[in-house]
Amino acid sequence: MEVNRRDFLKIAGAGIGTLVLPSLDVKAAAIPGNLENAHAMLYDATKCVGCRACQVACKKRAGLPYVMDENQLYEMPTDLNGDTWTIIKLYQDTETYSYVKKQCMHCVAPACASVCPVAALEKTPEGPVVYHSYKCIGCRYCMTACPFDVPKYEWDETNPIIQKCDFCADLQAAGQQPACSAACPTGALISGTRAEMLAIAHQRLADHPDQYFNHVYGEYEVGGTSMLYIAGISYEKLGYPTLKNQPIPDITWPYMKAVPFVFFGMAGAMSAIYYWTHRNKEEEEG
Amino acid sequence: MATGVNNIRLRKYPVGVGMIIVWIAGAIGLSVAAYRWIVGLRITNMSDNRPWGIWISFDMMSGIGLAAGAFSIAAIVYIFNIKKLYPIVRPTILTGFISYILAALTLLADLGLPQNIWHLIIYWNIHSPLFEIGWCVMVYTTVLLLEFSPVVLEALGWKAPLKLIQSITIPLVILGISLSTMHQSTLGTMLLAMPYRIHPFWYSPLMPVYFFLTAIAAGMAMTVFESYHSARTYQQKFEIGIASKITSWIPYVLGLYLVIKVVDVIVSGTYIYLIQDPWPTFMFLIEIMGGALIPALMFADKRVRSNPSGLVWASFLLMGGLILNRFNSTLVFMNGDFYFPSAAEIAVSIGLTCLGIIMFDAAIRFLPMYPNPREKQASKSLENAA
Ligand code: SF4
Ligand code: SF4
Ligand code: SF4
Repeated sequence: MEVNRRDFLKIAGAGIGTLVLPSLDVKAAAIPGNLENAHAMLYDATKCVGCRACQVACKKRAGLPYVMDENQLYEMPTDLNGDTWTIIKLYQDTETYSYVKKQCMHCVAPACASVCPVAALEKTPEGPVVYHSYKCIGCRYCMTACPFDVPKYEWDETNPIIQKCDFCADLQAAGQQPACSAACPTGALISGTRAEMLAIAHQRLADHPDQYFNHVYGEYEVGGTSMLYIAGISYEKLGYPTLKNQPIPDITWPYMKAVPFVFFGMAGAMSAIYYWTHRNKEEEEG
Repeated sequence: MATGVNNIRLRKYPVGVGMIIVWIAGAIGLSVAAYRWIVGLRITNMSDNRPWGIWISFDMMSGIGLAAGAFSIAAIVYIFNIKKLYPIVRPTILTGFISYILAALTLLADLGLPQNIWHLIIYWNIHSPLFEIGWCVMVYTTVLLLEFSPVVLEALGWKAPLKLIQSITIPLVILGISLSTMHQSTLGTMLLAMPYRIHPFWYSPLMPVYFFLTAIAAGMAMTVFESYHSARTYQQKFEIGIASKITSWIPYVLGLYLVIKVVDVIVSGTYIYLIQDPWPTFMFLIEIMGGALIPALMFADKRVRSNPSGLVWASFLLMGGLILNRFNSTLVFMNGDFYFPSAAEIAVSIGLTCLGIIMFDAAIRFLPMYPNPREKQASKSLENAA
């Protein structure tokens, strides 16, 4: 909140001092660095055997309930939902198959945090995008703005909150690995700094170009993500959309930055017109 | 000013069958909304892959767009000094005020945690378009309340506060115009965060401009539509001269909108979808032709403007065009799961609209909305003071 207040003053200042400082750059406030030394994870789809140990570990760590059918039998969810922060999916066609893990991407410049009207979602400098449920008003703007369809809602609750992976921010702060990567038996899911993860990813692509689809997903997508992917088949097939490199907050920020100018500009124009149209008032009345 | 408390009296306008239906629908809608606060959003058909439904598309996006008449008419009368339109100011401000109250009520139904709505005041995120909209709507509703208050104060005969409000009319009107410019356009900015979700026919960096222009045009149409129907209901004379004057500006606004839109479609290369995607093309053309081009041509024609049914039909098309545009961009052509509103969602949407009509009706019955011949003098002095 402090940061935002400060930003606001900056912008208000920009609005008032528009003539003095026409090129004041407040964009830096919106975009953190590329978080090279912040926490990150790498998922290598070619090493994943689909055991779902990560999925179970995540439920345990976050205390999320299992979904049961009407006979109290465990039912496998088919996508992320209000009780499922991560899921292993399988892509299969006649020639090939690949597992894929879904979870929050922890974008470097997250759309969700930028659109939330009450700053309930926050990109921490350590890497995780965390959710402060006590602030949330339940507008669900984060759900529509996330390019990866990650935030999910508790539709059956009377007082629902958003549910999404928090990157095990508490474990990472205590110097431990996220629960999911710690549980992974094959090394398909590893954690470390973003720079380390990127180095490993590119190393693997270079060492085995025949096994991999030549792209590290998350390196540049929407400005980069802290959750990185390498895989043997195209990401479209794995349910990861082709995205531009421009961070989504970069699209809306210039407009939001212009708001004070619009406000004062409109007020100024209206005042001017008012004086123009009423310039003969005295004569009229007299 | 020979008015006083006795101005607050029941004016004996007849209560028609229509009004009784409106009362029933309003009561049903409010009960469903109350039920929603007990059981939560499970009575809606919204889901994880369709988190926004008709409450956003219709009640919020369309409702606020159509309420733009309040600031446009205030600007025309008070700023551009076209006094001829003065008689329509009160009902228009009232319509705007009611629309914003309805938008707030919709939010209370739609937000997952409506009890937290006041968090907008203490937790700030200036990067969020919705944060700005929330603030503008709060402040603008207050501005509308103040702009409308002279009617109540006059009825009560409280001269001191009346004088005070009248002395700040112009600053209030200017504040209202600035706030409206901001949030009407920011409703478009809000959708800019979804470049991968909204069909390119609707997604454009110029969306804020489109939302602003269409709101001005459709807001004026709404004013005409509303004054025609209240004239009939409350046995007033439909001021065709005024309606004709207001609508004569609409072709300019719509013309600007259409020109920018066409250039945008050509320059951005979106026109390739005109062949590729038949269904969006169909809806896009209906919206642009039926909801903007045809009403613009109709309003440009003096014969249409001097004919009440022509005016009402053109207004109806234009309002429909705005609603269709907001539905297309926030629901129909926004990627997500299939969605059709549940009975509860429809009941609340209809119920809140009816509640708006009920509030308007009550104001007309209890407050001096239309100057009586006897009170002409009073309104004359008000006009001069303004
Ligand atoms: S993936 Fe979605 S929810 Fe996760 S940080 Fe990015 S925008 Fe937010
Ligand atoms: S639903 Fe909650 S977390 Fe998501 S944008 Fe709205 S207030 Fe923020
Ligand atoms: S990082 Fe933590 S919260 Fe996120 S998927 Fe892994 S275990 Fe779950």
